[in-house]
Amino acid sequence: MNWSLFFGELVSGLTLGSIYALIALGYTMVYGILKLLNFAHGDVYMVGAFVGFFVLKWLGGPLAPAVTGWLAVAIMFTVAMLACGALGVGIERFAYRPLRNAPRIAPLISALGVSIFLQNSALLLWGPQFRDYDTFDLVGVKSYHIGTNFFISNVQILTISVSIGLTILLALVISRTRTGKAMRATSFDRDAAEMMGISIDRVISFTFFLGSALAAAGGIMFGLVFGQIFSLMGFTAGLKGFTAAVVGGIGSIPGAVLGGFLIGLTEAFATGYLPGGSVYANLYVFALLIVMFLIRPTGLLGSPVIQKV
Amino acid sequence: MLLRLDNVDTYYGQIHILQGVSLEVNEGELVCLLGGNASGKSTTLKTIIGMVRPRRGAVQFAGEEVSGRPTSYRIGKGMAIVPENRRLFGPMSVKENLEMGAYLHGGGTKEDFERVYSLFPLLYERRRQLAGTLSGGEQQMAAMGRALMSRPKLLLMDEPSMGLAPILVERNFEIIKEVHESGVAILVVEQNANVSLSIADRGYVLQTGRIVLSGAASSLIKDEDLRKAYLGR
Ligand SMILES: Nc1ncnc2c1ncn2[C@@H]1O[C@H](COP(=O)(O)OP(=O)(O)OP(=O)(O)O)[C@@H](O)[C@H]1O
Ligand SMILES: [Mg+2]
Repeated sequence: MNWSLFFGELVSGLTLGSIYALIALGYTMVYGILKLLNFAHGDVYMVGAFVGFFVLKWLGGPLAPAVTGWLAVAIMFTVAMLACGALGVGIERFAYRPLRNAPRIAPLISALGVSIFLQNSALLLWGPQFRDYDTFDLVGVKSYHIGTNFFISNVQILTISVSIGLTILLALVISRTRTGKAMRATSFDRDAAEMMGISIDRVISFTFFLGSALAAAGGIMFGLVFGQIFSLMGFTAGLKGFTAAVVGGIGSIPGAVLGGFLIGLTEAFATGYLPGGSVYANLYVFALLIVMFLIRPTGLLGSPVIQKV
Repeated sequence: MLLRLDNVDTYYGQIHILQGVSLEVNEGELVCLLGGNASGKSTTLKTIIGMVRPRRGAVQFAGEEVSGRPTSYRIGKGMAIVPENRRLFGPMSVKENLEMGAYLHGGGTKEDFERVYSLFPLLYERRRQLAGTLSGGEQQMAAMGRALMSRPKLLLMDEPSMGLAPILVERNFEIIKEVHESGVAILVVEQNANVSLSIADRGYVLQTGRIVLSGAASSLIKDEDLRKAYLGR
């Protein structure tokens, strides 16, 4: 067995999975509360990557950042997450809220509309070309090895650990804070939550804020890991985040994380091991989605529709 | 006067449900609203709490017109509800359910929890258990405890004895009486006229969206028309 290939794909799968998990979390949270598949989510992720890029530029660019590389990365994360959080809140406010009581197909179409709008705005404003994060210059990518076969770079460590850190933070917000509990209450029974005095609008805004901020973090991670971003990067990533959420069980937070890593690993190992994998990795990923739909439509950790008490 | 509905008309789309409903609840009073299936009892409570908006008429609470105000505002002003079928948050713990009852009060003070736990010691034992796993009687306690967490001036209850074993119904009404005696005004919706009138101060009878009968509980309980109102549908 070629262990260095195995570990290489493992690490790259976990890295990809970290990004997909962050996207899937936003999908699953919004679905949990609104029963809406927010197809614009992948594009918010793309905008996050671009905000990160422009913050980097504003800081003097990857070659000569005004602050040390890692601090620049931290600022990119912070600004992009806040900006996309606000973008997500705005999208919900103007594209989904007016349709809250409309038939369920209406907000779905609105979501596709927002997605097309964001993609085309990005093409118009930023063009179709790749933009460089130049991670090598920015933070000086280093590779660490354990033994002879296991390699991992500092950027991969950063990606995986930031993703896990944000997930834990999110879990704490949802399980411990008053607003987080209100989110859970609202997603279980919106009318009952309203009858407790919970402002549903505010809970939904907060949900979009969190989900979009996480997507932005994912977008920046993509830029750091692959060194480049582009206007249409949100499309495939959005689909994979969606796949991850469904495979994990849409509506389930741990499911989104599990699904994200599963998709990332599938993609990486398909690339390394399966026939035609380097070209058709996505085929294997989406095949997983179809198989999941066939054998367990509720996803790995999704509950079969609970009867409300 | 704590609550006053004046000539309220409520619609679901084109369907006219409440037709000129007027009723009052005074501070500290226990009032019951009786009526058969689909007579509009739940709609009345939903109109009071703001889950549906009346097309005409006034809803006044604690001296203020609230019919244009959202539910959260009314809860903040001192209403609380035990909804039909309890509507507990099944995947959340009993304690978290109580916290949601006090959502507008920062999730409840220590005193709030103590007050509710002393009224329902069982809820203290079950506080870490998921609400969805409670038995019917326990769920009723949890729903009532949840509503009381916000220290309401007016407690609205929608068929609190529905689905309870007879012995629990009795116990339930004892608790309602106890809460009432602690100074909370209560408007309770029931199909079971006898038990609820026996503890109420006053009562109203609703039939296909209209108040057809009202008066002191002691006189309603003897009323022949009341029986007719039920048999009539
Ligand atoms: N959301 C709704 N949309 C349309 N019609 C409704 C809606 N909710 C209730 N109705 C109708 O309004 C009428 C009154 O309903 P309501 O729930 O207020 O009655 P109720 O007296 O509480 O009945 P029950 O004893 O069954 O609880 C019924 O005919 C019902 O079918
Ligand atoms: Mg009812």
